[in-house]
Amino acid sequence: MIEIDARITGLRKPAYWSGILRRYGSRSPSRFFLVRHERSEVLGYVVGEIRDWEFGSPPCGWVFGIGVRPEARLRRAGTELLEAICEAFRRRGVEKVRTLLARDDTLVLAFFRSQGMTAAPFIALEREL
Amino acid sequence: MKLQTNTMLALCSVLEFAAQPARQFSTAEIAQKYGASPHHLAKVLGRLRRARLVSAARGAGGGYRFSGNAKRLTLLDVISLFEPIGATAARAPRRELERAVDEVLAEIDETARATFGSITLETMLKLARRRAG
Repeated sequence: MIEIDARITGLRKPAYWSGILRRYGSRSPSRFFLVRHERSEVLGYVVGEIRDWEFGSPPCGWVFGIGVRPEARLRRAGTELLEAICEAFRRRGVEKVRTLLARDDTLVLAFFRSQGMTAAPFIALEREL
Repeated sequence: MKLQTNTMLALCSVLEFAAQPARQFSTAEIAQKYGASPHHLAKVLGRLRRARLVSAARGAGGGYRFSGNAKRLTLLDVISLFEPIGATAARAPRRELERAVDEVLAEIDETARATFGSITLETMLKLARRRAG
């Protein structure tokens, strides 16, 4: 995961990924950390969770990390990962999946769009601290 | 948000062509379907041809066909040929309030650009098919 993420973002974040593995890699009913592999090679990962009543929204599935090895793209790995986590959300009675992306992340934005995702009725805001 | 008539015509034409890439369409056929004058549409298609999104065959049985990559070409690629998205910041604001309003408009433009830039023709066609049931 660390290697895939570093190849995509250009940053190695071992501490972040061990934290994610600790919190999401266990058998929690609302947290998911799935990988797509071929033989012993990990092609990609997806991380997400079910969040309840955040900003008044009924429980929904959140995908906050997805990555596929550049050389494994266009082989449906991303599609299968997203389908798998959506199925896990559905099994727990959730009917909506959401994600948040940088506006200039056109590759991943186009991927989520191709999976039928459209703009959510929320606006992301920020300010300097 | 509203797109100019030419831009909408260009988008619909490209999507019609991309939906059936092996087929040639006559200007008259597209013009009739979208209620545009053939002369007007010919100008729009001429611009698409110069951008190499469509190719034209002359003579009897001639017409236009799609020559781009529907998996890579986005709505923004087509729209940008006809009108600028994100032109708000072009004007130099003179007063503080104008600058503040321009910042909000630029925010809207950025979102519009990101939206159009993230939807490929293939995704758009998939969406249209899903809506059609």
